Order: sequence, then C-alpha cells, then structure tokens
Amino acid sequence: MKFAVVVFPGSNCDADAYNAAKNDALSDAVYLWHKDKIIPSDIDCVILPGGFSYGDYLRSGAIARFSPIMQEVINFADKGGSVVGICNGFQVLTEAGLLPGTLMRNSSLNFVCKDVNIKTINNQTRFTSQIPNNWVLRIPIAHGEGNYFADEDTIKSLQDNNQIVFKYCDENGNIDDKSNPNGSLLNIAGIINKNGNVLGMMPHPERLSNNILGGNDGLYIFESIKKYYSK
Amino acid sequence: MKTYSAEIKIMLKKGILDVQGKTVENSLNSMEFKDLHNVRIGKFVELTCQADNEDSAKAIINQACSKLIANPIIEDYHISIQEVKGE
Repeated sequence: MKFAVVVFPGSNCDADAYNAAKNDALSDAVYLWHKDKIIPSDIDCVILPGGFSYGDYLRSGAIARFSPIMQEVINFADKGGSVVGICNGFQVLTEAGLLPGTLMRNSSLNFVCKDVNIKTINNQTRFTSQIPNNWVLRIPIAHGEGNYFADEDTIKSLQDNNQIVFKYCDENGNIDDKSNPNGSLLNIAGIINKNGNVLGMMPHPERLSNNILGGNDGLYIFESIKKYYSK
Repeated sequence: MKTYSAEIKIMLKKGILDVQGKTVENSLNSMEFKDLHNVRIGKFVELTCQADNEDSAKAIINQACSKLIANPIIEDYHISIQEVKGE
C-alpha cells in the first residue's frame, strides 16, 4: 500500500508522518505539494500532517482547506480513499467539511505539549483494527486549538453512528475531566466520518511510532491502515 | 461597477464560552475595573468589493463570510457596507 503526505506551507510534521509510514510501518510513501492538482492513482491513504498551515491565519486550517490539493483530497475521500488528518490536519478536515464540528481554542488558553492517554472507543475501523482491546494508547499532543466542539445534534449523530474513535483518559482508561487537556466535548480526541474512511485526531501517532522515540503506540494506527489494504 | 467598503464583525455565537474574553474579564476585575463584565472578543475585517449595486456587494461578501471569513458552526458575523464615492 502507499501513503501520501500533503505538505502545506507551514506544515511541520510532514517529515515525521512520512518517516513513520515509510520506515516504521514499512510502507511506500510520497509527499504531495499543496499546489498539486492530482493525487496519483496508486495512493491508498492521504495524510494531512500537523503544523501551522498558512500560519494558522484567520482560523487553523481555514486557508489550507482551499488550497488546490484539498479539492482532490475531497474527491479522493468521496471515492472511499483513506484520509487521516493529524492535529492541524484534523482542523483542515473540519474546515473542509469532511468531518463534522470544529476545533476551538483550548479552554486553558495554553498551548499544550505533552504525552496524553487516549482510549480507543471504536476499534472496528480501518484506522484502529490493530489496537488491542482496552489498550490505553500513550501519544503526544501539541496544540493550542484542539477543543472539539459541535452542536448537540452533531454530537448525538457522532454517538449514534459510533464515529467517536478516541477519547482522552487517564492511564487506567478512565475518561474524566482531569484527563481532558483542552476542554473537548466528551473528551473527544479523534473522530471518523460516517463512511468510516476519514479520520481526524489531535494526538500525533507519527511522533511515537518507534521505540527509539520512547514508545510505539502510534504505530498501531499505521499498522491498522496497512492491514486494511493487505486484505 | 461601483466600489463598496465593508466592515465585518465576527463574534463567537452566544452560548459558546469565549475563554479569551473570560480571561481578559478576570484580569480586568483583578485590576481596578471591578464593574466591567461580559467581555467577549471577536475579529474585525475590512475589505472593499467591486459590484454593480449594494445588494450584489452584500451577497458576495455574505458568501465570502460563510465560506471562509467566518466559521458558521461557532461564529456569527455582521456586515456593514458603504459605497466609496469619488474614485
């Protein structure tokens, strides 16, 4: 299978994502430039990486969403291709309407950069199938705007359709206010779209995908995608 | 074509906690400004628009606001518009 990592002006986790896909998950990977108007036909999964695309001007992800490659990413997702938005990539996906809701300023107003624990709420997805049952993942976050918000109807629909994939929790898997780093509704750390082919998450799996980095919980997500395409 | 100048005020919707406003309010209240409350912080955008008339200028700017300038999930916006004379 083949990953493609989109590079926007201001992306800063693109090389990490490329490296995790290529050298940790041992898959093919290429970069796509924000001005590209074509996603090559052999690409299975597009990653929108973390960073500060277009300087986060106006709102995080708001400008990147209208870059030429994004129209292609929307078409790619509409045809069922896998799309993963990590951190700023998640913000781009909500701005693009590929995922519901939005990511607001952290309730503490602080930029939070630390390892957090997340619980997999739905491991029946192409992005989470290889995560062991009840395994609490330790993955870093680094964001100032990760406070997930959506109106009541949207939240209900996310719950009804099992679209909440990850929630912030403590090291034992308890989901409580204390382990919520940014004020997200229901401790939401990651969601998928209704069709199950678009994932957005604030934590950075590519930053902890190899034990030389201090842990490899992030690798489960890459391995899950790989497994999905090896069928 | 005429030129219109517009001022756009973007505020978080009522009911959405404005943590920035709240923090500024707390800071004010800890200073000598005990009587200041309900601080809310938004964005202010100025732009000009070429259009045949005011209605079509408003329509264009409205579309720009809902597509890019504001996020309708959490923000309301208000547009004030005025023709620029003498150009």
